[in-house]
Amino acid sequence: MSAIREDFREILRLVRPGARVLDVGCEDGELLELLSRERRVDGQGLEISQAGVSACLARGLAVVQGDGDRDLDHFPTRAFDYAILSKTLQQMREPRHVLSELLRIADQAIVSVPNFGHWRMRASLMTRGRMPETRALPDPWWSTPNIHLCTLRDFTDLCRELDLRVDACAALSGGKPARQIRPDGLLENWRSESALFLLSRRSEGQVGAVPKDLFGEVVLPQPEGVAPKRRTRAKT
Amino acid sequence: MTATAAASPAIETDGGTLRFPAGKALRLDSGARLDPLEIAYKTYGRLNEAKSNAILVCHALTMDQYVASPHPTTGRPGWWNRVVGAGLPLDPDRYFIICANVVGGCMGSTGPASTNPQTGEPYGLAFPVITIADMVRAQAMLVEALGIETLLAVVGGSMGGMQVLQWAADYPEKLYSAVCIAAAARHSAQNIAFHEVGRQAIMADPDWRGGAYEKAGVRPEKGLAVARMAAHITYLSEQALQRKFGRELQGDGLSWGFDADFQVESYLRHQGTSFVDRFDANSYLYITRALDYFDLAAQHGGVLAEAFRKARGVRFCVLSFSSDWLYSTAESRDIVRALNAAGCRASFVEVETDKGHDAFFLDEPQLDATLRGFFDATAHARGLR
Repeated sequence: MSAIREDFREILRLVRPGARVLDVGCEDGELLELLSRERRVDGQGLEISQAGVSACLARGLAVVQGDGDRDLDHFPTRAFDYAILSKTLQQMREPRHVLSELLRIADQAIVSVPNFGHWRMRASLMTRGRMPETRALPDPWWSTPNIHLCTLRDFTDLCRELDLRVDACAALSGGKPARQIRPDGLLENWRSESALFLLSRRSEGQVGAVPKDLFGEVVLPQPEGVAPKRRTRAKT
Repeated sequence: MTATAAASPAIETDGGTLRFPAGKALRLDSGARLDPLEIAYKTYGRLNEAKSNAILVCHALTMDQYVASPHPTTGRPGWWNRVVGAGLPLDPDRYFIICANVVGGCMGSTGPASTNPQTGEPYGLAFPVITIADMVRAQAMLVEALGIETLLAVVGGSMGGMQVLQWAADYPEKLYSAVCIAAAARHSAQNIAFHEVGRQAIMADPDWRGGAYEKAGVRPEKGLAVARMAAHITYLSEQALQRKFGRELQGDGLSWGFDADFQVESYLRHQGTSFVDRFDANSYLYITRALDYFDLAAQHGGVLAEAFRKARGVRFCVLSFSSDWLYSTAESRDIVRALNAAGCRASFVEVETDKGHDAFFLDEPQLDATLRGFFDATAHARGLR
């Protein structure tokens, strides 16, 4: 299992076994397959590219072709335990809307963002006077898909504004193991290349409630052998 | 009963006509009963011992049970022999593939051209109006008669896709997976409008004779051909028509008359005249009516998700074509949204193509790859080799 990407390893650590997971921008389904295998999650992907969708189907994953900016309204409220948005929030047209949608659909969101406050960025801008091109954000300004960049402080501000609670935060840089951090720490805003957040709605305080479907019925586990398996929450 | 014709010599095909005994009439949504009931079907491959490899293919409006074997009238290859066959996504070496002519059809299943037991003459307009749910009910009777409890998959495009959705609503416990291609959960006003043009063309043909043309020894060929021409336009995208024909002429110049000057006219005329050889006008009326009556949400209190409420155990795959304006991607997305709302396990793919609705029959590698991936994974999950 040494080949697991560090961000995936951290997500794997955060996700409760048997949970219902939506992976927004799931690409070829690598993370979902890992979560299904290692955490026995009931997974669903959302992916924009046909090649990605085909790869997911071939892996036996449930995947909807669509755009995180536009198609999150496909999914009913609180249909999932976790909504994962890995590395693409800064590419969304409306990150704020997407973030609140993730926490409408799921009880918790796992979101990773590159940190524009990282010292390499600051140094590059300071010394060269040009838009930074770093290992985390390698594209020139005119072709970068990253249209909504933020620093860790910016991101935590937005979370506060949306009344979201940061349940966990880990710094990720290169291929190094994840390091648990306090996301609002000034120092971390200098030294973290990117960060992975576990977020939940602060106001509702209902995390852990038994999920109900569209019809107000409790979603119960189904007998083995017939997919899919919808599970009750592990902790109630 | 064993048929000799096959798409490939390696494929084992069978089929025939199943006649249900008098006590097993088909109850129809209209309240009428079809008695006796005959269902003509074809099968490809062999049912395994566990009876877990059966896949039902549901055909579209003007198609039939000849999925992967030559059509008995036209001699043309099976309508889906790009998908069903050795080495293809639906390989008869692995699956037992069933396709039945729909009730109301004209290729051997009970339809308006069948003999009305009350009169000893063809039903004509005495045939009861049928629905998509009636077609599915008859298929379920066939599947049961073949000794199959659970279908590994039910798959279909266009009207076949609507049958797939109806299967999921009515018999979810008999399904392991469902694949709905280029379909919609209801017929739109525009869909109904095009069908009405077709029906009026048939009924305006003096040879239609109030539906009793067979007795009179004539056929409303002109009306049926016009119906087909109008419908055929809806199967193609504007881009595909432009690409295929543009303003190209048939001959050297304009005829300054009403011959088929343009290639597109000639093409449509050919579509119309060749269609009448293999299709019955009354069947066309009845089946288009069944499509127009189709509204899966309406059958479930106006909430589409309610239709899939019991189908949580079914793996769904919904496909649409980007240039299909007959049953657009938006219609498929509505289906997916309802499936998600009902808590079903659903996948959705929009195949990028300029070929319009007909892309379903055509060379579309993305469609093949999607179907192959989905069926392979489904078979694997079901424990097939």
